Amino acid sequence: MEAASLPAALELAAGGGAGLSPEKRAVLGASLLLLQRDYRFERVWFWGCIQGVRGSYYIAEGLGPDRAAPRSRLYSLNCVEWSLLPPVTEEMVAQAEQLKGRFQGDPSFEYEHIEINAEDAERLFEDGKEPTIKEEARLVATIEQIDRAVGIIPRGAFVKTPLGSVHENRNFEGLSLTEAKKLSSYFHFTKPFNLKNKTLLEKADLDPSTDFLDSLEHDIPQGSWTVQLEKGDTVVVLRSLLWLGLTFYHVPVTKQYGYIYFGTGEKNFDLPFML
Amino acid sequence: MYQSDAARLDPYQTQEPQSAYQTYAVGRDPYQAYERAHGPYQSREPGYGLHQPGHSPYDDQIPDPKSRMLAIQNAKAYLLKSSTTSGLNLYDHLANMLTKILDEQPTNAVDIIENISKDVKWAQFQKKMDTLRDEHEILPTFEAAEKRKALFLKANGGGDEELEEEIGETPLPNVMETAFYFEQAGIGLSKDESYHIFLALKKLISVQPIQTCRFWGKILGLEMNYIIAEVQYHEGEEEEETEDEEVIEEGGKKRGEVEDKDEEKEKEDEPPKSTYKPPPVIPKEENGTGANKYVYFVCNEPGKPWVKLPPVMPAQIVCARKIKKFFTGRLDAPVVSFPPFPGNEANYLRAQIARISAGTHISPIGFYQFAEEEGDEEEEGGAGRDTYEENPDFQPLSVVEMVDSLTTWVHHVQNILKQGRCVWLNPFQKSEEEEEDEEEEKAEEPDELQQEIGPPLLTPLSEDEGIQNIPAWTAQPSTNLIPQYAVAILQSNRWPGAYAFASGKKFDNIYFGWGHKYSPENHTPALPPPVQAEYPSGPEITETRDPTLEEELAFKAAKEEALAAAEEDDDEEDVEDDEEEDDD
Repeated sequence: MEAASLPAALELAAGGGAGLSPEKRAVLGASLLLLQRDYRFERVWFWGCIQGVRGSYYIAEGLGPDRAAPRSRLYSLNCVEWSLLPPVTEEMVAQAEQLKGRFQGDPSFEYEHIEINAEDAERLFEDGKEPTIKEEARLVATIEQIDRAVGIIPRGAFVKTPLGSVHENRNFEGLSLTEAKKLSSYFHFTKPFNLKNKTLLEKADLDPSTDFLDSLEHDIPQGSWTVQLEKGDTVVVLRSLLWLGLTFYHVPVTKQYGYIYFGTGEKNFDLPFML
Repeated sequence: MYQSDAARLDPYQTQEPQSAYQTYAVGRDPYQAYERAHGPYQSREPGYGLHQPGHSPYDDQIPDPKSRMLAIQNAKAYLLKSSTTSGLNLYDHLANMLTKILDEQPTNAVDIIENISKDVKWAQFQKKMDTLRDEHEILPTFEAAEKRKALFLKANGGGDEELEEEIGETPLPNVMETAFYFEQAGIGLSKDESYHIFLALKKLISVQPIQTCRFWGKILGLEMNYIIAEVQYHEGEEEEETEDEEVIEEGGKKRGEVEDKDEEKEKEDEPPKSTYKPPPVIPKEENGTGANKYVYFVCNEPGKPWVKLPPVMPAQIVCARKIKKFFTGRLDAPVVSFPPFPGNEANYLRAQIARISAGTHISPIGFYQFAEEEGDEEEEGGAGRDTYEENPDFQPLSVVEMVDSLTTWVHHVQNILKQGRCVWLNPFQKSEEEEEDEEEEKAEEPDELQQEIGPPLLTPLSEDEGIQNIPAWTAQPSTNLIPQYAVAILQSNRWPGAYAFASGKKFDNIYFGWGHKYSPENHTPALPPPVQAEYPSGPEITETRDPTLEEELAFKAAKEEALAAAEEDDDEEDVEDDEEEDDD
């Protein structure tokens, strides 16, 4: 969620019982602004908090002029001092996917690879590296996975310019109440996979400037999002069941929207059994 | 012929649209001003021919001012032509658009000019096409707002008397105070929602005869969420849940009737009766004890009516341990799972609440103590004490001590045994009485069950097992910057979403989550039981193949031959007899 609207946003996304203490809220207002100054970000998003066993990581993302470009991610243990995380690579994501269990809360903790395929082991041993992965790498890989899988925005909130870069849509006035209850009004804010697979009939209705992302309608497994109206039907809250802890809120007919993650950073592999 | 007035500010290039506005208002030719802005263009550039000083379509036709005025009027007339499809004309549209832009003055208007144009056209249409008056839309939000407002209205009648009652001892918990402490750790709902819950609890208390009440927590669901209150009734005012018991008794009677019919049919041929006896149903604990110590009320949203959850049966707890399902938010929804859950979502919710309470409700050591009764331990046969009372001499420990070691916290809810109850019950004691009548039908004796013993009440948390290498609880102070006023916060790792705080003499537990236990391994559902073995072949009953058609026909033919042969013999005998008779 936008750093500027953090206090109001936290109130709206607090339906799940997770939030920030007054101390953290107060310090974030200042430290996120300083992040923006130091790293020359155009926008700073407070991404959320991953709870480890011994401590929590608070994550912020910084966006540049093209909002769809890979984002810089920073973490902090106390919301005061932030450290930049290394950019994520596919290898990191693949390694992190094999790790199970909670985060420890210590960024320099090293996990030892328990399960390695034969091929991976050869590759790793060839490089002379030992099969360990640092918690920092796991952290950034998990953030990337979560963003890819469940980072969502309302339809029309961002537009793609003819030059290919993505900006906020200044004409976005919010979704209407009926639209806000449909899953098709929300998009994954990441590289689209299914756009080309749509039927011609569907493609005819699309507006290429706003419909350049995948919508949530065809997410697998079906039903992995819960759509609820909270606070007396004034806020639409989407919660992901695949990554428990991700909450997206939107106040219909206004420009307020955002998502935040409060959780343990573990994918819910039991989802098909639980539905 | 075109006056180049350098003093006049150019409307197209300037940052101050007021001058253009004024120029327009004054009545100077907008067409002229607009076109003067650009220098000579190349012929291949876009826009060529549109506004070239020397190449406009009217150039060769406008030698003098009078003709120019005519040309301008022609141009204006053209702009005023109404569209055949929409009834708008370009002149008015441009005028409206520019008015809107000048009124609102958005930044970088040129980038969003098309959208503004669209918006203006939209607005036009809505006004023109609507001959009917818009009925005020009754949004569902209004109804919800009504319900919420109802919470804030003070109940009518009573007046002074009620005030006195309220100010005295009330079972209403101070939800806002608890919310404040949890908020120090970042846990909890928004203040609005907490206040609504506060008022909803107040409503609950005014309706039901409640002695103690507590906000237990919130469980999230797919369609709706649950807000849960934990209450205890006044002694003696409890409504006994006789409905469930009656149902069980009727079920027993029906079974009896069926058995009678079976006995009547024994005279006919019957397949052998199955010797399968279902395991005995473990009876639930009495209301007010064990897992049913508290009664739980749920509602989906503050403002909606509270629904009482039924007491929990041990079978439900045992099954709930094996399944993992999301709650939908509707209490009557079926729980489709394997092993099949004996009940609907209300029962599943109640079972999960019981498990969470038993696993995560903790208090600082010394807050509760056992009621002093002598000779209890031996009489109860090691079942342990199940009642406690508040310790009037409780000395709170400092926050640092509470956070450093887990021995300073104890569970004050009884552990649920594997059986599904808190106090172990041997289910075969009763059934032995029944079996005395049916001694003949005793097929197998049930195995003797080991008495299950769980950790006694008020065990410290240090005895809690962790999961793999993660401790069962994570303890933190709420703030490191101001340790004087910090609050000790515990988070459960076994039941993610369960929190407890302690500050001085105050403490509380709460749950916010989806209602499931944490397991690092993926959930593997129970496999279906193995296929039952077939009836064993023995000397009395063996399985053979059915005869094929040819065999049957052959057998039939052989039989007929034998019959025919026998008849012939008989005939011969008869004939012989006849002959003999004839002879005689």
